[in-house]
Amino acid sequence: MQDNAAKPANDKKASVGTTGHEWDGIQELNTPLPRWWLWTLYATIIWAFAYWIAYPAIPLVSSFTKGALGWSSREAVVADVRDLQTLRGPMTAKIEATSLAEIESTPELLSFARAQGAAAFAVNCSTCHGAGAQGAKGYPNLNDDDWLWGGTVDAIHLTLQHGIRWDADKDTRASMMPAFGRDGILKPNEISATADYVRSLSDLPVEKGADLALGATVFAANCAACHGEKGEGLQDVGAPKLNDKIWLYGSDKALLIERMTLGGGGVMPAWSARLDAPTVKSLAVYVHTLGGGQ
Amino acid sequence: MSLATPFDPHLDEPEPPLYAARKQIYPQAVKGHYRRIKWLILIATLGVYYFLPFVRWDRGPNAPSQAVLIDLPHRRAFFFFIEIWPQEVYYLTGILIVAALILFLMNAMAGRVWCGYLCPQTVWTDLFMAVERLIEGDRRERMHRDAQPMNLETFSLKLLKHSVWLLLAWWMGGVWVLYFADAPTLVKDLATFRAEPIAYVSIAVLTFTTYTFAGLMREQVCLYMCPWPRIQAALTDEHALNVTYRYDRGEPRMSLKKAVHAREISEPAGDCIDCQQCVAVCPTGVDIRNGSDLGCIQCGLCIDACDEVMKKIDRPVRLIAYDTDVNIKRRQSGLNEIFRPIRSRTVLYMVLIALIGGVMAYALATRSPFTVSVIHDRNPIFVKLSDGHIRNGFTVRIANMMMEPRVFTLDVDGLHEAHIEIIGGEGLIDDKPSITVGADQTRELRVLVRAGVDDDKESEPAHLEFTIRDETDGHVAKVQDFFRTPHSVH
Repeated sequence: MQDNAAKPANDKKASVGTTGHEWDGIQELNTPLPRWWLWTLYATIIWAFAYWIAYPAIPLVSSFTKGALGWSSREAVVADVRDLQTLRGPMTAKIEATSLAEIESTPELLSFARAQGAAAFAVNCSTCHGAGAQGAKGYPNLNDDDWLWGGTVDAIHLTLQHGIRWDADKDTRASMMPAFGRDGILKPNEISATADYVRSLSDLPVEKGADLALGATVFAANCAACHGEKGEGLQDVGAPKLNDKIWLYGSDKALLIERMTLGGGGVMPAWSARLDAPTVKSLAVYVHTLGGGQ
Repeated sequence: MSLATPFDPHLDEPEPPLYAARKQIYPQAVKGHYRRIKWLILIATLGVYYFLPFVRWDRGPNAPSQAVLIDLPHRRAFFFFIEIWPQEVYYLTGILIVAALILFLMNAMAGRVWCGYLCPQTVWTDLFMAVERLIEGDRRERMHRDAQPMNLETFSLKLLKHSVWLLLAWWMGGVWVLYFADAPTLVKDLATFRAEPIAYVSIAVLTFTTYTFAGLMREQVCLYMCPWPRIQAALTDEHALNVTYRYDRGEPRMSLKKAVHAREISEPAGDCIDCQQCVAVCPTGVDIRNGSDLGCIQCGLCIDACDEVMKKIDRPVRLIAYDTDVNIKRRQSGLNEIFRPIRSRTVLYMVLIALIGGVMAYALATRSPFTVSVIHDRNPIFVKLSDGHIRNGFTVRIANMMMEPRVFTLDVDGLHEAHIEIIGGEGLIDDKPSITVGADQTRELRVLVRAGVDDDKESEPAHLEFTIRDETDGHVAKVQDFFRTPHSVH
């Protein structure tokens, strides 16, 4: 910038002046904001007050100001849910009118039922069966191919509708394993031998010196009626298979002894009393298509 | 407010105002080279804007036939032969990055070309000003009228002007919505009041903003609302061409009479006769002779105005011109002018534009006609079956981006004696489960893979690879994942 003599003076300092502020020799030009900008600010303030009056705003001791428009987030949710139900109406009607097998063979209905089933499962079933239907001790894993009361989609639907050992539903299915130990039906050594024998049915190692012959005799006399000659189970009475790799309560000998001592069986609620028919159908389809359905 | 000490001499002065009323600007009509370019660009850009929605492009029976369409309900964007799905929004990101770089390049070459010629704000303001001139007359007439008290004639002229403005603004918004639905159908629906409410709302909002920004606010948008002038100032350098007052030629400015006299007696006299024409035509009210300015959108209209004056007074044109500070200095020192369009800054921009443009073009050219994503079940991670086999569940999403339904088969590699099943599958093709995915649709599948586990030793989860084959044209996509067992460590 050797020669500024010929350059016109860009003298804003003279034309607009400074604000009078000065920091270390640096002065601030007075470039005022446009007035409309100020009006915009006022407009937003007025808008805020209008909003304050129109919508719920101020918390009171036990309630809140309702707002002039009477809008409420709770009612908005209710309206949204209603809209959603209206939107789903035609599909829900189709699910209700279609057989379970047909739902599974129609891609559109299958994906709808699976989505609805997954949502209903998360709310109603996951407490016991787990978020991924993976089950827990005493609560069956619904992903595998081992079914207590039947793994066809119709059997699953029946279980869902009426529950298991659910006294409030007269169509519920029930069976009860006797408490062989507690009620003194079998002696401890018989129970121990039977536990070893049951383990041998699925090729699990047995304890040294176990009396498998005694176990076999006791099993044939007391267990085979429900669990089958070779422990193949009986779905009509919900008797688990004892010759496969899946164990509802675990395969340790101690756990088997515990089951034989205490007897009993798991309880599942009947869902037709709590959920509408299309939802129960969707749940059946969802559980059946998790992978283990038969 | 002030760090003033008791000895501050400013202390007695009144506080300066924080807010000031806007000074009305009355730009004068001008003819010339740059004005012509601006008219042509205005016609071209508005022409494209208004007619593009009506251009048809045949994509077959399953897709819209509008060349440029953003189909929000179906989450698709169409641009002639390109169809973009929501997950490909990176194309939009790429376009935005390239657009920004082009803006930087234009700026490094010739300053605020965007502001002066291409920005919608400028183009529409230009159009609105032309309407204003047509109805209310040129600068002096408007200034005179506005200085008078309101009378019937002024009122009716202003009413007419605002009506035409509103009409133009409405037309602007009206065309905007045509990019979001089939244009001919929407025009018919709009005319018969059967279009979606959102269409009318969008038009109303855009009518309001266009009318406000182009009609009422004009240069205020550039001065106070737009971030680009601030960014631009930080990106420019001394070699960028800018609309420049050549003070080396113009100063000392004086009246024509004095200048003639000065030249006669060999005294210095600039070419600038201080006629203020450059200020009169300026749409943002800037005096270019004060040097580069935040308010200057570099539209070049002052060049046209000054050239006209220079011709009249028989002096060389381009006293105001696209020039650089460097050249002014060089001329003052008797050196040749230099122009350096090729410099590190511009080369960098061009390389980046070419690079990103190239990557995008390559991605577009080699774009798969379908995409696949696989998610392993998180819970349960594996399922033990009654025969001791292990099963893993997967969610597989196949997006068929073609305009006809296609059949895909799934296969899995990397596992010993693996068995693959699709829930709701449609039978086997070559022993592989198959599934149909509708035209331009995504289908979510539940896929089960079953395999035996040989030993109980802990091991890393086995790698597996899904092969998804399009049975229609043989395209193949492969996706890697894991097979997890009770023995896998992680």
